[in-house]
Amino acid sequence: MPDQATKQGHTRGMGELIDIAGKTTELAPFGNALAELARERPEIVGLTADMGRYSDILPFRDAHPDRYFNVGMAEQNLIAMAAGLAKSGKIAYCTTYSVFITRRAYDFVAIACAHSMANVKIFAGMPGLVNGYGATHQATEDINMMRGIADLTIIEPCDARELKQVVRAVADIPGTVYVRNLRGKVPVELPSDYRFTFGKAQVLRRGNGRTGIISTGYMTARALDAARSTEGDGFDTGVLHLSTLKPFDTTGVLDFAKDYDRLVVAENHKTTGGLATMVTEALYDAGMVKPLTRIGLADSFFECGSQEYLEQKYEVDLPRFERVIRGAA
Amino acid sequence: MSVTNHPPAAPDLPGLRARALNLRRTMLDMASGKGEGYIAQGLAIADMLAAIYFHELRYDPATPDWPDRDRFVLSTGHYSIAMYAVLAEAGYLPKDELPSYGLNGSRLPMSTFEDTPGVEMVGGSLGQGLGQAVGMALAMKIDKRGSRVFCEFSDGELQEGSTWEAAMSAATFRCDNLVVLIDCNGIQADGPVTVAIEPVKAKMEAFGWDSVEINGNDMGALIAALEGARAADGRPKAIVMRTTPGHGVPTLVARERAHFVRVDNTEWDSLKAELESEHA
Repeated sequence: MPDQATKQGHTRGMGELIDIAGKTTELAPFGNALAELARERPEIVGLTADMGRYSDILPFRDAHPDRYFNVGMAEQNLIAMAAGLAKSGKIAYCTTYSVFITRRAYDFVAIACAHSMANVKIFAGMPGLVNGYGATHQATEDINMMRGIADLTIIEPCDARELKQVVRAVADIPGTVYVRNLRGKVPVELPSDYRFTFGKAQVLRRGNGRTGIISTGYMTARALDAARSTEGDGFDTGVLHLSTLKPFDTTGVLDFAKDYDRLVVAENHKTTGGLATMVTEALYDAGMVKPLTRIGLADSFFECGSQEYLEQKYEVDLPRFERVIRGAA
Repeated sequence: MSVTNHPPAAPDLPGLRARALNLRRTMLDMASGKGEGYIAQGLAIADMLAAIYFHELRYDPATPDWPDRDRFVLSTGHYSIAMYAVLAEAGYLPKDELPSYGLNGSRLPMSTFEDTPGVEMVGGSLGQGLGQAVGMALAMKIDKRGSRVFCEFSDGELQEGSTWEAAMSAATFRCDNLVVLIDCNGIQADGPVTVAIEPVKAKMEAFGWDSVEINGNDMGALIAALEGARAADGRPKAIVMRTTPGHGVPTLVARERAHFVRVDNTEWDSLKAELESEHA
């Protein structure tokens, strides 16, 4: 009964992605895709730390109650138990908010999971400003933290279409995977023929060689919107989407970057330690130096508020992208 | 396959004590080669390891990843010297590999890695063992394997909050195929255990566990506790073991405040002689 499962699995609480006029959304793509995949893969188990309702895993619970475990507010144990299940033949999908995985259970992700290449797939909710609850719930440094762990894969999907493909793909990616998860009514932004390819950056728009945007997560959707909205004024902007952040597709980034006079890196994360840092390292190592603008978050803690308000206040919204494309900093 | 068929119909207490003595001999040999180590804790849990591996556990040393094996999870990765001794005794490791303990490039590092055949978990970061053991026990239940999970951790690890998170979940998920062996030796890195962790048995009971307290250096008590832990009553099982660091070697017992023992090179022969005379 997928309809009922979806209804029961409805995400509540603040911090759902906002409805954007003219955009199609899909409800709980993570949980629905996982419930479907688990019908084919009996070795899949799902875990949460008292965040089932808020991490979209309830459709999985409703479809497979015997393989679902809510461990309560105990994130270290969430990750340790997932590791134990994985070391005994399971593929353990676990959910809670990103901040609780990264800041609280970091050592468990590193040692119990990554060090053992344990088949643990962490769907970490509410990356960056996709949450209005303030610094306790905003994961703004998680990519920086997680990329410091060896043998850990990091993926940040753009939209519902890609997220569902990632849910399926990670089951066959060896070892521990950290995914920045989008919950609630998640927009469908990428073209219908888009296919997530693990480890590969994808050119979504070929520009005229002036400005090329390299982005991850839903910032790629903002980049595409801005590229389209400035097109009429003579700007033809390229967009490269990196959903796999680790391993980093150095070749794909350099191939794209060489064709543009100036680069913009955009991410829903601090501009230090995340995608911008990884891009600049790759460029510098290759001896490629280009003007580069970073769109992302400052080294700061952030206010409570609606996503729209926060994006505007901290300048990661569509008008900022448009200004940057037009040549402003 | 050369699966051990534990538990046997009747316990062979003299045989198990002989196994424990062998483990202690092996550990002294390994430590004398390296010159230092967590030998006191290793000697303290030798009886428990002998009881687990040669009375209780179902495994096949020729196939370390046999899916139906029982699991033994050593949470205290720094007790690796004891782990390697028992893995060699059980047939997982060639005994002639033991002298490489702690040396560069060895498969037998100072803290346990999963590269060693028979080691189920990377040890070293304390407070991570019980949670992983709960996950393993759940997996065995989901798959309806008869396998059980045995997890050793130390009294010091009761100071890690994650141990209590895992203890709560084991009871919640009715992991009666999980047995923990809590090594209460009273010492930790900075000396005697100071932060209040007692009463351990009552705390485990309050968390929903079937719990007994024994002298962890008494083979008869160990076997009785393991026999008692087989009840399929929905409750996870805790065996609170009071152990003596350095057990079997009086000189080391006398240094029982020592968490990490360094011994003069000239001293090893006399320690080995003490061990033999204690068991004579």
